[in-house]
Amino acid sequence: MNFEFSDEQELLREQARGFLAEHCPPTAVRAVLDGDADYDAALWQKIVEMGWTATVIPEEFGGLGLSYLELVVIAEELGRSVAPVPFSSSVYLATEALMACGSQEQKEKWLPLLAAGEAIGTFALAEGNGRPSVKSLTTRMDGSGLNGRKLPVADGRAADFAVVVGSSQSGDGASWYLVELDQDGVSRETVRTLDFSRGHAVVEFKNANAELLGGEGAGWAATERLLDRAAVLFAWEQVGLADAAMIQARDYAMGRYAFGRAIASYQAIKHKLANMYVKNTLARSNCYYGAWALNTDSAELPLAAATARVGAIKAAVFAAEENVQTHGGMGFTWEFDCQFYYRRAKLLGVNVGSEGYWQDRLVTAYEQNNAA
Amino acid sequence: MDFNDTQEEAAFRAEAAAWLKANVPSQEELAGLDEIAAAKLWQKRKYDAGWACIRWEKQFGGREANAIEQVIWNQEEAKYNTPGGVFVIGQGMAAPTLMTWGKPEHHERFLPKLASGEEIWCQLFSEPAGGSDLAALRTKAERDGDDWVINGQKIWTSGAHYSDYGILVVRTDPNVAKHKGLSYFFLDMKSPGVEIKPIKQLTGGANFNEVYFTDVRIPDSQRLGEVGQGWQVALTTLMNERAAIGGGGAGVNVDVAYRIASEVMIDDKPAIEDSAVRAKLADWYVQESGLRFTGYRSMTAMSRGEIPGPENSIGKLVGAPKTQEMASFCMDLLEMSGAIWDENLSKEAGLLQLTYMGAPGGRIAGGTDEIMANIIAERVLGMPQEPRMDKGMSFSEVPTGSN
Repeated sequence: MNFEFSDEQELLREQARGFLAEHCPPTAVRAVLDGDADYDAALWQKIVEMGWTATVIPEEFGGLGLSYLELVVIAEELGRSVAPVPFSSSVYLATEALMACGSQEQKEKWLPLLAAGEAIGTFALAEGNGRPSVKSLTTRMDGSGLNGRKLPVADGRAADFAVVVGSSQSGDGASWYLVELDQDGVSRETVRTLDFSRGHAVVEFKNANAELLGGEGAGWAATERLLDRAAVLFAWEQVGLADAAMIQARDYAMGRYAFGRAIASYQAIKHKLANMYVKNTLARSNCYYGAWALNTDSAELPLAAATARVGAIKAAVFAAEENVQTHGGMGFTWEFDCQFYYRRAKLLGVNVGSEGYWQDRLVTAYEQNNAA
Repeated sequence: MDFNDTQEEAAFRAEAAAWLKANVPSQEELAGLDEIAAAKLWQKRKYDAGWACIRWEKQFGGREANAIEQVIWNQEEAKYNTPGGVFVIGQGMAAPTLMTWGKPEHHERFLPKLASGEEIWCQLFSEPAGGSDLAALRTKAERDGDDWVINGQKIWTSGAHYSDYGILVVRTDPNVAKHKGLSYFFLDMKSPGVEIKPIKQLTGGANFNEVYFTDVRIPDSQRLGEVGQGWQVALTTLMNERAAIGGGGAGVNVDVAYRIASEVMIDDKPAIEDSAVRAKLADWYVQESGLRFTGYRSMTAMSRGEIPGPENSIGKLVGAPKTQEMASFCMDLLEMSGAIWDENLSKEAGLLQLTYMGAPGGRIAGGTDEIMANIIAERVLGMPQEPRMDKGMSFSEVPTGSN
């Protein structure tokens, strides 16, 4: 047993952190937040050049064939820098979906493009308010094509294709459909979200050309498996973000004086920070377990993923909220960067299912483990 | 990163499991023995077979196991309900302090009997006027020839009444700043002038004590560290204390809460189907699992030669309030019967109430929740201390209150 990253993985972390400090400073996040772009295209191009989009794609499909332990290191650093890029949609979701269920032909077509950053993919599940289920899906495949409306779709405008969860043509449960988004049957519009440093869209399908990805009727089980895997990767982004927000709060409290002394010397502030540290540490340790389970495709993955995800949602949201609080009035201004963490933590907290959803999945996985 | 055993680790686990299976004392064997006798029986059996304090040097009774082997051993032993809490202070706190600050003759004399459980140790730190502010302690030691003469009072001393030895921090110089006037000793608890009075706890039990010292003589050879260096020596003990008390999955944990939630009903359905109940259990599972893996990570760090640091405060800071919340929640699940503490009338009575009543002690012993949070903020995150009114004063000038 060994509960730490290898020296090589630590080296990768250092490189990633240095790279993002240079190419994704707060001004880069702010530029996307203030502007009209869906993402930071220059940063994305550099990330592609670093090979990050190719990390876990097998070499035969143009990838680097590295492990998920390398990918989680990158995820943590992307979370730390609140990077405004479509990495999670394309890498944690679309790439994973293709590797899990794609035919040889589909993999040969798309994985090299994803690895090289020549295509961006996304995953389209939600159809408006509420928790999606097989029964709730109104997007449907029929003889004339795919019809329906997905809202919100992360990176829906930036993406070249989407893996869409829809009702099966046969009427038998849900299926996955691979849909190229630049076609007459697809319309996309920007959706404003609370974190507009990340692009979201509403995507409508009208008799759109779509091909089955994976088995007819196998889409819901595939969705749950995909979400388990993505949950671990999202959790690592959240842990990176939580750490950054904690450090920002600590540093501000050290330099801010009230009643003649640094506010960092007041126990009310120290205990707030200690609480962040505790939540972050528990979340990080659970993320280690998640990373290992993901990397080894362990039978414990559903439990490990939900555990990592629940802890990471709590840690990131708490650190982001209390970071603003520690800054006082300045934290509430547009000018200060506290808002980046505050926005992104909440966005990440619902992106692949809410805390409540993952708490329920956790207990279900616990029950299944006990029954096994 | 690999959560699975290596081949060597798997072999070690198999060996440990086989030995435990053959040697864990049966209920019949322990029948009629009190807590101390049962714990000593089990500890001696482990010691004789080389399974006591396995990370210690062989000459002191250990097997020079590495940190990961310690994790494996703990996992395997935890599968059984074995007696042993009485050795936590001696093996977990006094022994590391002796190893760091004691002389070779101390090691040879005391470590083997600590490992074998033949001698039990207690910790004489807290005083009526020195709890969270431990360095405010007043028990004094005055030099007299080769001895020191001790006068004063300690409090909250767990197990003083059955301990053979104690570790002790006293004031040797009241005319310097409070942290600088302390020295650290160990003593025979049967020394003349030591008087032990039990304190009845809110649980109704009496595991801890007041200990009075009247002209108690301790040879200078039982001093650890230099005169005036007692605070640094005490910190060695306290760091190990926080690691030793740890999270503790004992008592009411997620497995217990899950079982109860599966058995009791809310609106004619098992409580476990209620989403609010599931959310709570999930959160506690995250904490339990997070503490377990944080402990494993710290073991990996130790196996690379790092020493346990202030980050170990997290186990107690999370574990103690969690235990209290879970016991409280489980009683709520029983609704109006939650109050019943009579095994004849309620199947769940006993564990829940005992855990709940004992929980405040866990949040106070070895540093309160608030002190743990200060330690994390100051020593892990590098935040400044609160200004201290006694800073720079000699101890004799420090103001005192009425409580």
